[in-house]
Amino acid sequence: MALLLRQLLRRPLVVVALAVLAAILAVAALAPWLAPYDPMKMDILNRMKPPAAGHLFGTDEFGRDVLSRIMEGAQLSLLVGLLVVVVAVTMGTLMGLMAGYVRALDGVVMRLTDALMAFPDILLAIAFMAGLGPSLYNVVLALGIVYTPRVARVVRAAALVVREMPYVEAATALGASTPRIVFGHILPNLISPIIVQATFIFAYAILTEAALSFLGVGVPPTTPTWGNMIAGAQQYFQQADWLVLFPGLAIVLTVLALQIVGDGLRDALDPRLQKVS
Amino acid sequence: MFVYVARRLAGMMLVMLIVAAVVFVIARVVPGDPAAVMLGSSATPDDIAALRGRLGLDQPLYSQFLIYLSQIAHFDLGQSIFLNRPVAQALAERSELTALLTLMSVSIAVAIGVPIGILSAAMRGRWVDQTAIGIAMLAASVPSFWIGLTLIKYLAVDLPWFPVAGYGPPDASLLERLRHLVLPAVALGIPNSALILRFTRTSMLDVLSDDYVRTARAKGLSPLVVVLKHALRNAMIPILTVIGLTAAVMIAGAIVTETVFGLPGVGNLIVSAVLRRDYPVIQGALLVVSGIYVLINLSVDLLYAVVDPRVRY
Repeated sequence: MALLLRQLLRRPLVVVALAVLAAILAVAALAPWLAPYDPMKMDILNRMKPPAAGHLFGTDEFGRDVLSRIMEGAQLSLLVGLLVVVVAVTMGTLMGLMAGYVRALDGVVMRLTDALMAFPDILLAIAFMAGLGPSLYNVVLALGIVYTPRVARVVRAAALVVREMPYVEAATALGASTPRIVFGHILPNLISPIIVQATFIFAYAILTEAALSFLGVGVPPTTPTWGNMIAGAQQYFQQADWLVLFPGLAIVLTVLALQIVGDGLRDALDPRLQKVS
Repeated sequence: MFVYVARRLAGMMLVMLIVAAVVFVIARVVPGDPAAVMLGSSATPDDIAALRGRLGLDQPLYSQFLIYLSQIAHFDLGQSIFLNRPVAQALAERSELTALLTLMSVSIAVAIGVPIGILSAAMRGRWVDQTAIGIAMLAASVPSFWIGLTLIKYLAVDLPWFPVAGYGPPDASLLERLRHLVLPAVALGIPNSALILRFTRTSMLDVLSDDYVRTARAKGLSPLVVVLKHALRNAMIPILTVIGLTAAVMIAGAIVTETVFGLPGVGNLIVSAVLRRDYPVIQGALLVVSGIYVLINLSVDLLYAVVDPRVRY
């Protein structure tokens, strides 16, 4: 792990991306203290004011401070992303381990992931949302299910390799139980590919959540996630483009940083690429 | 070849069967009675019972699923609750727009992704390459609806070059309709060009390090001929795969783009069906779109043999 970190820190771009991510996480965590205004406080006299000294990112149609709302939105959007990662990684890892180690289950699990992957991400998420109804936790559940097959496939592929290793054979010969082999010996060796997938799923989840909320089938519109802020500002966009610009930039910055870190991790973990670039 | 196609078709049928089951289950996980949800709060118990009967909801689950499958087999996707017409007809009416939009977006994504990907691979490690990778990563991080809104603001409102929204009057010419699709296609094409660019680059890099490319260089062929004639042809298979995949993804991406631009396509139909809880439409659309997705993937696999004569099935 220390070696991995050292390799990551050798790339300037990855360092910048990590710093940006840390800053975004800090802002999200400290939003109630950092935000210059109460994100819900309306000020009708100051509605739709362009960015200026008092309100750096301007104000919205109710005179609420856009910067404070983006900070609050960071909390929610990152929370959704993180929870989706937790759901997808937990379910995907279990499915992948079952398929990769218990050969009898392989066919069933893989056909199921095939079928789930036969739907484009957003369409499957919309379908689940149609059934579940709009709420933050339903978005987490829907996106968690949508991204589970990605984790399952990576884990299965890696488990297939690891299970043939001599030390697994040794553990089997010593009479270790199947759960012990799977969770004690195989899983720890799969952490790296899982982390790489988790980073990308984090990024996709933020993008897809924003799209779902934008369509009105995601988190209920009163909750200021970044996607909802853009959706709500759509009708005022002609007069007040900062209402769409800044939440959009927040999404782009976060997703970009996550993707750069994900790429960096993947390259650092891929021994074939160690010498190159 | 024949055996291979038959086997792939059988595999596809199996996936579609599971897809149908997933679609079926999704409509059944709705909390409460779907019939009551569809009819709203003002419905009488008699109305609900009648709709339950009509939808076959009063029968056991497995026979509901069998009925559903036999309907699909007869290309009967059911009746829309709100549009008062068969789901298949509603989908067909809106398919032209979505097909054109997808086609245009794929063309834009390919026109951006493939040449820059080739250039990037040929100039590996230099600033052109670095910039291209950076731009690709940026493009993949931008929500398409955000690009769409920005395009509307600057290229349709501030500079009135393109229509703000819609698909023109019903009697509009094809050219006029295509003009309405330019901004949506760009908004959808840009994020998707990133994937094509990165795959093209990787695939070209793999091929460019092969021995026969070195031979071609050693015999003094111009770099342009080596890259475009010798390398590109062998790099085409992964590129084709990702183009097919992107096309399939874009059909779903159209859902968001059509909403931004107020286009009456399949995506718009899906969103309004979700908002109205029109389950037959949601089910039908899911089934058709994932069917197309699976079909595109199959066609891409079969195209391999055309591009690369060494591939035999």
